[in-house]
Amino acid sequence: MSEIVLRVEALKKHFVVAHKGLIRREPVTVKAVDGVSFEIGRGETVGLVGESGSGKSTIAYIAMGMYLPTSGTIYYRDRDLFREKKRPLDLKREIQIVFQDPSSSLNPRQTVRQILELPLRIHQAGANRLEEVVRLLDLVDLPAEVMHKYPRQLSGGERQIVAIARALATRPSLVVLDEPTSALDVSVQGKVINLLIRLQRELGLTYLFISHDLSVMRNFASRVAILYLGRIAEVASTRQFFENPQHPYTQMLLSSIPVISEEEEKLRPAKVVSSGEIPSPVNLPPGCSFHTRCPYVMDVCRRVDPALVEVGDNGHVARCHLHEQPLAQK
Amino acid sequence: MAETPLLEVKNLSVSFRVYGGMLRVLDGVNLTVHAGEKVGLVGETGCGKTTTMKTILRVVPQPPAVINSGEIRFKGREVLKMRQRELTDMRGQGISMIFQDPTAALNPVFTVGQQLEAAIRYASAESRRMPRQEVRRRAVRALSEVALADPERLLDSYPAQLSGGMRQRVCIGMALSTEPELLIADEPGTALDVTIQDQVLRLLHRLVEEKHTSVILITHTLGIVRQITDRVYVMYAGSVVEVAPTRRLFAQPSHPYTQGLMAAVPRLSGGGISDGIPGRIPDYMNPPTGCRFHPRCPHAMPVCKRQKPALLAIEDAEHQAACFLYDAPERVRAYQQEGGLT
Repeated sequence: MSEIVLRVEALKKHFVVAHKGLIRREPVTVKAVDGVSFEIGRGETVGLVGESGSGKSTIAYIAMGMYLPTSGTIYYRDRDLFREKKRPLDLKREIQIVFQDPSSSLNPRQTVRQILELPLRIHQAGANRLEEVVRLLDLVDLPAEVMHKYPRQLSGGERQIVAIARALATRPSLVVLDEPTSALDVSVQGKVINLLIRLQRELGLTYLFISHDLSVMRNFASRVAILYLGRIAEVASTRQFFENPQHPYTQMLLSSIPVISEEEEKLRPAKVVSSGEIPSPVNLPPGCSFHTRCPYVMDVCRRVDPALVEVGDNGHVARCHLHEQPLAQK
Repeated sequence: MAETPLLEVKNLSVSFRVYGGMLRVLDGVNLTVHAGEKVGLVGETGCGKTTTMKTILRVVPQPPAVINSGEIRFKGREVLKMRQRELTDMRGQGISMIFQDPTAALNPVFTVGQQLEAAIRYASAESRRMPRQEVRRRAVRALSEVALADPERLLDSYPAQLSGGMRQRVCIGMALSTEPELLIADEPGTALDVTIQDQVLRLLHRLVEEKHTSVILITHTLGIVRQITDRVYVMYAGSVVEVAPTRRLFAQPSHPYTQGLMAAVPRLSGGGISDGIPGRIPDYMNPPTGCRFHPRCPHAMPVCKRQKPALLAIEDAEHQAACFLYDAPERVRAYQQEGGLT
């Protein structure tokens, strides 16, 4: 891999949700993120997939500085994002975010021009803001007149494109995309994804792409990391991930996707049928957290938490005892 | 099929009176469901899927809604002319509905049991006289049918104590507990995680097959339609634009909107995503004249602006599309010559 833009190291985020005990009040925590490490190289799109409660958005918010990690940290080009108490402006400029729902991430009382000018006022004092707004709208292929409109006058797709333009206003190098198309209809989703792909190529952007939609992931990400209850279950290049999934959870997820052609059906692992519920993140099962739903569960899974082990080329790793044992014997 | 269809919707038009005018939402919807059939209704946000269903059940609020024209026949009886009593019977025993968001569909301050027992009790005149133990027994059975463990205890829990998947199972159990002839499922898996959605949909599919219940499945996910239904209606901007047996629709999507929609679905096999359909869903205050899809259609002809196309057979009457491209070839040529493709 070339230059590393973002390095997540043993990241943990535990939220205190309640206290138990009368005298010695012990905190009850939700381990939203529990020891996650991965890297993103320059120009890459790393996808974080997982179901609700898997911790994917928490990781995005930590990267943005909206939460402080409980332990572990994130480096942006060798700079620790959490060394200083307040994130310096130049770091904020480099990392920007696009949220899931543009109807709530854009201020309904501001025009597109006001929305786009805010980051310019903060980060580029003195610049000709109007010119910049025109440049940004041109960059995302929206007509310049849009600047006088309010978000409600735009369609859902256009609103999300305005949110993308706002994220690009500070000329960042890393953009966190938190489910950028899940609030959109299929017929406009493609346009937004293709715009993101073009912007990445033209501006040399690096993306951390959060989504639960594996079909979008397949067509957008270069590498995929799958999270289950705050931990990474498998990381692989997109191709490997979809054609040769190793973790039983990955296989279950892939077999659950409704598809529209026979060609895609062949890619779905037929053996692993979805069963069971996602356990509560407050009471994580001991051992491997997936053992309650795993069709291949063994004795050891109930006791010992497996480690991430290499299962293929190009950094293909999975956290599963099925893969751990044969390799340990080698 | 010669027998009377279970449900027949003919030329249904519904508007909403709002500040500053009328929203002409449904524009001549036609839909038929036969006994035992599983029908899909696909379309994007705001195309009128849910309005159609709410009108069928007569739960669309009037005002603001105005039913301009059309007929809805359930088992041969005109729903739009039913009295309150008949409506209650139809909703109690004839048609059940499952909603998208089980959290919103269940009342948070009553236990699962209270809600489920009420659904069973008030289904019909006979069930109202049912002894309490019998109602309880049926409630337990309804929950075990949807593969929920420990139904007795579940009846005493509140919706907030259940997971999303369990809540949706409760809703399915509740909908099927009155043994309806038609089940309307409005995006039953959308609010759930994909592995849970898969479980819930498989359960729903198995139950309706066992009970021979007819289903209208409303969704915007084409993959779900393909998995479950026998026949599909595709809606766009308040009209049905294409109807076909599921297999044929996926093999040969014929309406330009259906084609665009299929192309826009990202494939698990990769290969990039198409840009989708240009433009946006029309403003219902001033919908486009003629075919409502023409401003976004790559094949639009002059005639499409003037006239609304009727559903035309593609090869036979089973597969129809509302598009002038499927008119007789010589007429298509004439339409095009009027000014060429625009």
